[in-house]
Formats: sequence, C-alpha cells, structure tokens
Amino acid sequence: MDLTHSPADEAFRAEARDWLRTHVPPEPLPSLETEEGFAAHRAWEAELSADRWSVVNWPEEYGGRDAGLLRWLLFEEEYYAAGAPGRVGQNGVSLLAPTLFDHGTREQRARVLPPMARGEVIWAQAWSEPEAGSDLAALRSGAVRTDGGWLLSGQKTWSSRAAFADRAFGLFRSEPNAPRPHQGLTYVMFDLRAPGVTVRPIGRLDGKPAFAELFLDEVFVPDEDVIGEPGQGWRIAMSTAGNERGLMLRSPGRFLASADRLLGLWEARGGPVSERDRVADALMGARAYQLFTYAAASRFLEGSSVGPESSLNKVFWSEYDIALHETALDLLGEEGESTDTAWAEGYVFALAGPIYAGTNEIQRDIIAERLLGLPKGRR
Amino acid sequence: MRFLLDTEQRAFTESLDALLRAADTPSVVRDWGRGEHAAGRALWSRIARAGVFALAVPEAYEGVGPLPVELAAAFVELGRHAVPGPLAETVAAAVLLAGLDDPGPAKRLLPALVSGEAMATLAGPGSYALDGDAATTLLSYDGGELRLAPGHGPIRPSLDPARRLTPLAAGGERLATDPPLATALTWARLAVAAQALGVGLALLDRTVAYVKQRTQFGVPVGSFQAVKHRLADAKVALEFARPLVLGAALTLAPADVAAAKVTACEAAYGTARTALQLHGAIGYTAEYDLSLWLTKARALRTAWGSPGECRAEVVSGGPRRR
Repeated sequence: MDLTHSPADEAFRAEARDWLRTHVPPEPLPSLETEEGFAAHRAWEAELSADRWSVVNWPEEYGGRDAGLLRWLLFEEEYYAAGAPGRVGQNGVSLLAPTLFDHGTREQRARVLPPMARGEVIWAQAWSEPEAGSDLAALRSGAVRTDGGWLLSGQKTWSSRAAFADRAFGLFRSEPNAPRPHQGLTYVMFDLRAPGVTVRPIGRLDGKPAFAELFLDEVFVPDEDVIGEPGQGWRIAMSTAGNERGLMLRSPGRFLASADRLLGLWEARGGPVSERDRVADALMGARAYQLFTYAAASRFLEGSSVGPESSLNKVFWSEYDIALHETALDLLGEEGESTDTAWAEGYVFALAGPIYAGTNEIQRDIIAERLLGLPKGRR
Repeated sequence: MRFLLDTEQRAFTESLDALLRAADTPSVVRDWGRGEHAAGRALWSRIARAGVFALAVPEAYEGVGPLPVELAAAFVELGRHAVPGPLAETVAAAVLLAGLDDPGPAKRLLPALVSGEAMATLAGPGSYALDGDAATTLLSYDGGELRLAPGHGPIRPSLDPARRLTPLAAGGERLATDPPLATALTWARLAVAAQALGVGLALLDRTVAYVKQRTQFGVPVGSFQAVKHRLADAKVALEFARPLVLGAALTLAPADVAAAKVTACEAAYGTARTALQLHGAIGYTAEYDLSLWLTKARALRTAWGSPGECRAEVVSGGPRRR
C-alpha cells in the first residue's frame, strides 16, 4: 500500500505541469454556458489537443497519450491546480467515448473520436425526456426503420450543452411493442443541425443556456451512426455506466484545487473562526475523494470492475461540491450574491449535481439495494 | 502507487477478525464495564500474541514496528468487535516511550506491552486516563515531565460503560523531561480513527441485518426508501472515511491524522444515530448488544481531540494538494 508515484508517472505529471504553466490562459475564459464562452472553450480544446493533452487516457491513434487511469488522475490534479478552464467536451469524452471504445465499430471510432478530441465536434447528451427523468425505461422518443437508417421523432429535454453543441447521442425506442420497457431501445448519434431538429435553449437558474430542449421530426440517422445492435441500447448504455467512467465523471483534481482556493479565500478574509470547520470539511472532503478514487483506481487496475460503488462516488461529490461552494459564497458575504464570479459560476453548476446523471435518490436506492443488499420495495 | 491493502495485510486483518469473532466480545465488554477484567485481559493477551501492539514498537524493544498501516487495519477490527480497554492509549504510550532520548524506560517497559502482559494508559494534568484501574503502566505528563504514576483516583463512569475514566495520582518515578507528546498524540488519534471506523462499520452491518428481518406494515422495514436512504448515507460516510484513515497511516502528517480522526468519528457517530433510529426502542436498550457500539461511537468522537480541535489542525495543515 503506498501513495508514491513511480518516477515515470512523476515525469508525466511534471511534463503536464510545465505545459500547463505556459499555456493556461492568464485570464479565466467567459462562462462556457454562453456563446462567446463556448467558442473560447472550444478553441482551448483545440490548443490542448495540438499537444495531445485533451484526452490523455485515450489511445494515441485517436489523439491521446495512452496514459491510463492513474496518469489521467495526475493530469487532472495538475490541470485544475493550474487554474485551467472547465471542459466543454466532457459529455462526449466521458459519456460517449467510453461506449464507442466498448461497443463502437472501428470505423465509428476513427470517424468520431479524433474530432471530439480536437474540440471540432462538441457532443450534447440526449438521454432525458419529459416525464422520464432518471427512469430511462420510460423513454418514448422513437426510431423508425427507413432505407439505410432510422428516422427519429419525439422530444428530448435537459440536454446539456445542446444550445451550442454540434451533435448529440441518446437512446430511442425502436421496438415500441417490446415486452419490457428497457428493451427495444437503440443507441444513436445524430446531428443537431440535421433537417427536422429544432433546438430550444433552456436557461438554467442564472439564465445561461446550459441545456436545451430538442424537438425531432423524422430526423434521418444513417445506420453507421447506430452504436451496437439496434434494440440493445439499454444494455450498451448500462455496460459503460459501471466502468472507469464512474471514476472519470468528476475528477478529484477539480475538488482538490477548489478546496485549496477556498482555504486561500478563507485566509484572505482573515480566517474567521465561524467558517473554520466548513473550510476544514472542504479540505478533508477533497482529500477523501482523492484517496477513495486512488483506491478505486487501484482495484480497477487489478481487473475489478467499478460497479455500483460509482453510486457512492456520485452522491459524495455532488453534495460535496455544493457544500464547498456554499462555504465560499458565505465567506464572500454580499459579494457572494453577485453572479459574475468564478465561485458563483461554480455554485450554479454544482447545484445540478444531485439532480443529473441519475438523481441522488436513485443513487441511494442503488447503494441500499446493490451494496447493502436491502430488499426492493416502495419508492 | 497501489492504494490498497496487500494480500498479507488483508490476511492479517482477516485472522484478527476471526479471532475476535470467536471471542464473544459483548460478554467481555459487559464484564469489563463492571470492573471484572479477567476475560478482557485474556482477550488482550490473544490480541497481543496476534502482534497488534508490536506494530507500534520498534524492533529494538521487541516490536516489529513502526507499522502504522497495519496498526490502523488492526484497529478497524478492534472497533468492529467493540474490544474494550486502553487500546489507543497503549499504542500512544508505546510510541511515547520508544521516542524518549534515554532508552532505559523503553527497554524496561515496552516488551511487556508488546507481549500483552501489560496494558498502558496515559493522561495529562486535569484529564482522565482511560481504564487506569486495569492498566499496569500508568503514564502521567505535566509541565514537560513524564512520570510513572503510582496509582489512580476514583473511577468516573463514561457514557460508554466499557470506558472507565480515572485521574492519575500525582508524583511517581520521573521517566523523562520534554517527552515527544505530539508524536504520541498522532498515533493515538490514528488508532482512534481506525477504531471508530470499525465501530461504524459494525453499526451499519448490524442495522442492515436488522432492517432486513424486522417487518412492519407487512413488509421488511428495509424495503422503505426512507430507511434505505439513511443507510445509504451512512455507507457513503464510512466508505469515504476509510481512505482517509489509511492515507493518514501512510503519511502520519498531523493534519492528515486529524482529518482521519474527525471524519471517521463523525461517520461512526452519524451511523450510530441512524442505527439507533432504525432499531427503534430495542436499540435504546442497554441489554441489547447494539448499545455497546452506540455508546462507543459517542465516546470516541471526543477521545484524543474533539471534532473542533481536529478541524483546527486540518486547517492549520495548509493546502492538501499533493
């Protein structure tokens, strides 16, 4: 049991740190939930990608460094410590790409992944539908067979990044008469600018269009944009939910850097005793999350799958993120009410954490039923 | 970087678990709380023979340490089985004695702690030593002096019946001046953190088992979402305390150890509150074994540093990024 990194891993970390020191923009980019910010973040992805830092854990042939899970963690620690921008491509990189690595064709990987790595194609997720929420088995939007592909119709909503993104991925019901509601779903990728697609941006709490509604009217998707077998979408989507993606949804590096900044803010405000315990909690939570992730990564690298413990992870980071930002806003006092600070942006972003990616209530059910072995019952 | 117990470490904790499972610790605890120490001493000897106290003692004094990771792993098991006695105190005393400039006291006193023939406790001025009536090596420190106390004062009951609080008598043989108290405190906190984690894990296990078999309104209580979610929260808290405990054992940095202490103790205490609520009135009953863990979770929370003191230490430790 140890926490020291090999000289080769430390060399990788040092290389990342050096690169970031000379490349991270000196001023924060505008919010990525604005058109201007989205463009700036897209340009930043291109800059990262030019030196193969945008997707370090991917194979080299797709623009990565084949760095592995551990080096990804080290990279993320350096990335956020350097104050580098939030990642506009994260939906694609952390949700779609792992599915393509597991279930995509060679042609799909070669076509989809390199532009994703370069930030040329930004992906939006299109899982949610009105009246479905965390219950993906209740999806109603349909895919109907046509010559050489499928026609998508229906409505998706709460589609993160869709206001400015290029393409989207999600599940569509291709067999409406399948015996069970999670059967007969097909996993497809589609163009947000294709004929028949209407994108209506939705303002989140601060009014910024962080997501959108998608109205689909017979949108053509060629067969080559179906991932895996038609009708098997649920299984395909679930099979990647429990792998390392469970570790990559939120990196510990982000919280370590935020906790350090919170400590700095607290000290700059004279170290008020009234907020000391909450600052300590933020420092401890970041460390706990880092070490929990190291332990999970160690097990993963030994061949264990991550499985339902990713639900522990999700409940922890999403609630931690809010507590950390609440503490910062309280420390800022009146200034904390203003919406144009990085802390306010982080706060609004954090508020969504317990809601998306499977609500925390659903995650707690999974923890109780699958990790503690409690009986299924009334919701 | 492999942040996981290795095979040998896991085998050690599993053998300790098996030893303790066979020991009927609830009846040992109840005897101990009445001041009847025979069964507790016998169990203590078996724990010592398994090598637990040797982990805190260097080879020069017949130990195998210092091995803080193994010690932390062992203390999780001691907590899981609610083992009574001055466990963290014996570890702190061993570390304190081994760290003295003069090797004399360590040569004289440590082998008996390693073998389990002796148990130690320690306290500063105005504070209580745990189990001064059972411990054989009573260390008192005051004004930069470490002494072998000649005895103890009246016993004060603890909320945890297994913890007997005793002031130490003044005077006694002077062992050292300016002993390394800070290091001993770090080890005591590490041991308590691990013990508390074990207490919390036992409370969770017992409560999960209970809500699966206890029925109300015709179904197991554990099928209700309100019950599930409380237990899920306890699981989250404990599973995120565990890496802090093991990480603190690796670094032994005072801020890391304080973080482990406060996080593990809060997780255990929160789990205790949940365990009591979900057991209902039976959990609020001294004769039901759950009480042995419930009250220990409360006592460990303030042993060797309150949550506030530990959080102050965390903040003074500066940036956490490695």
